[in-house]
Amino acid sequence: MKAGPVDASSPLLDVRDLTIAFGDTVRVRDLSFSVREAETVAIVGESGSGKSLTGLALMRLLPRSARIAGGAMAFMGRDLAVIDEPELRRLRGREIAMIFQEPMTSLNPVLTIGAQIAEVVTLHEGLSRSAARRRAIELLDRVRVPDPARRVDDYPHRLSGGMRQRVMIAMAVACGPRLLIADEPTTALDVTIQAQVLDLLDGLRRDLSMGLILVTHDLGVVGQWADRVVVMYAGTKVEEAPPGPVFADPRHPYTAGLLAASPRVGGGRSYRSGPLPEIPGNIASAVDEAGCSFAPRCPHAIASCRLARPPLVRVGEDRVAACPVVNVAEPAP
Amino acid sequence: MAGLRAIGLRNRPAAGTVCRFPEDPGPCLMTTAERIFKSLRRNGLAAIPTVLVIVVLNFFLLKLAPGDAADVMAGESGAATEELMRQLRARFGLDLPVLGQLQAYLGGLAQGSLGFSPRYNMPVTDLILQRLPRTLTLMGFSLSIAIALGLLAGTVMALNAGRWPDRVLSVLTLLLYSVPGFWIGLMLIVLFSIKLGWLPSGGSETIASGRTGFDLFVDRLRHMILPALTLALFYVAVYARLTRAAVMEVAEQDYVRTARAKGLSAFAVGSRHVLRNALLPVTTLAGMHIGGILGGAVVVETVYSWPGLGRLAFEAVLRRDYNVLLGVLLLSSVLVILANMIVDMLQAWLDPRIEVR
Repeated sequence: MKAGPVDASSPLLDVRDLTIAFGDTVRVRDLSFSVREAETVAIVGESGSGKSLTGLALMRLLPRSARIAGGAMAFMGRDLAVIDEPELRRLRGREIAMIFQEPMTSLNPVLTIGAQIAEVVTLHEGLSRSAARRRAIELLDRVRVPDPARRVDDYPHRLSGGMRQRVMIAMAVACGPRLLIADEPTTALDVTIQAQVLDLLDGLRRDLSMGLILVTHDLGVVGQWADRVVVMYAGTKVEEAPPGPVFADPRHPYTAGLLAASPRVGGGRSYRSGPLPEIPGNIASAVDEAGCSFAPRCPHAIASCRLARPPLVRVGEDRVAACPVVNVAEPAP
Repeated sequence: MAGLRAIGLRNRPAAGTVCRFPEDPGPCLMTTAERIFKSLRRNGLAAIPTVLVIVVLNFFLLKLAPGDAADVMAGESGAATEELMRQLRARFGLDLPVLGQLQAYLGGLAQGSLGFSPRYNMPVTDLILQRLPRTLTLMGFSLSIAIALGLLAGTVMALNAGRWPDRVLSVLTLLLYSVPGFWIGLMLIVLFSIKLGWLPSGGSETIASGRTGFDLFVDRLRHMILPALTLALFYVAVYARLTRAAVMEVAEQDYVRTARAKGLSAFAVGSRHVLRNALLPVTTLAGMHIGGILGGAVVVETVYSWPGLGRLAFEAVLRRDYNVLLGVLLLSSVLVILANMIVDMLQAWLDPRIEVR
């Protein structure tokens, strides 16, 4: 495909109708969203919503049994869904990078962290051994690992979870990528460390003006760090909007349910003041649902919800939602 | 090269350094060299009582068997008198009570002597040292073949899991696994020595050929190929199965995904991230196999008339030459212990998580 002209208005990443399937089972269906330069987009959903699969698909790191069954992922004039392996390898680690949920297992236990960071810059920038090592120390310093000149020769098992995630981040940003995908970067970490790591990611996003995709199930994270929220349920996008409006006025029953079930947002409610509300049922009930995948668990569901998949409609300034029951579609301006 | 550099005492904390990272358990960073040294010291101390127990046990086990060297020698000469037998026994200390013999043996051992062989009429130490290099070469060569072929086959199987190369190699390894070594040895001789005439069927070099230098080396290598292969094939099967499982397990690890996310080629991911981790279980097993290979050497050396320790042990059994047999057994146990030490060192080098306490 031909590289289009890069202008300020065209997004850095434009995902159109992405569909991911395991065999015949569709796990992500017709997902569209875009990420602009220096923008943080949060993809929110519970386990099994397809949010992590989406991140892996962007890197083309899907498990062997999964495949991209349709759609396009336009990134810097290329379609990530179809580019060949050598092209993909040139992009990975240099233009588009990813950090994973499990810092404890995501680093190779038999190589020093310095060697693992140096590997990326040696590969993509052809630095010499000593230059790569110096770069690794700089990067460790940049992600605020204390005493980087000494820690560079450490093995991962000597580091705490938070430190390892910083190493992962250092590796990911080593070549100044245009897009960083963070798949639940703080889920495995202590609460006290979470904010530090997210602050670090946010600072790097600003400094490198890179797009950041934050895959998470934590609405508190979304509220504080995201510019835009994509809410996913059972493989489909059910709502997309800036975080402020989402928290103030959710336009999809699933988003409303998520917010109600979260102790941190929603008006000072805490787990101390009584049991938190929950969304009845589970996500498995969405399998093979012909209509709205949330209908079996939805308090507002009507008969027509179960017949056809509700389309995404514009429900306000810069926001869409896929629920015709609680929204009356506004006419296009 | 990287490994050699890593062994250097880089970043060694000065004595009494306080750890600057309070979340770290235990002492400060231990370098590779320190880890290796620690593993060496621990193993070395444990080896002494082990060897002693082995010697005493072997001694009593051999004394349980009927007959001694004097009986065999008398039988062979066909005309031995009671008087001659008594003289023979007195000369080799065989007339002492069992505990007295043990005492004499251990006393000699403490002075570094393995006793005297009545049969070969020379000190056991000399006899063994004469044979040892041949057996070590054979073992080293066949272990190298086993590991190289095993790793190769295992990796190919893992990369093609479930497809035809995996199936073919699986059947092949199962076959190698189940066929006895002496039979493979005989069949290899039939094929390569008798039918094809490519390789010699026995011995360790062409006798009185007057070869020197490179010619001699090639000649010895040609003699070694068949016995080494015979000894190795069983272990090729073992390592191939093990490598297949290890590679497949490691390939599923999160850090392999991280490596791919960096943009590394499949080869770089495989060699740098997968194989190195998959090697850990293989080295453990290879160390444990040294004893087994020594045992296998008895059969293989007999089949190929290879002048090594295995055949010496075999002959010593037939001739009730217990001093020689004891010496060979003692040396074998020392070899096994040494091999374990080397494996521990290798592991300490390969896996930084191993920190010997």
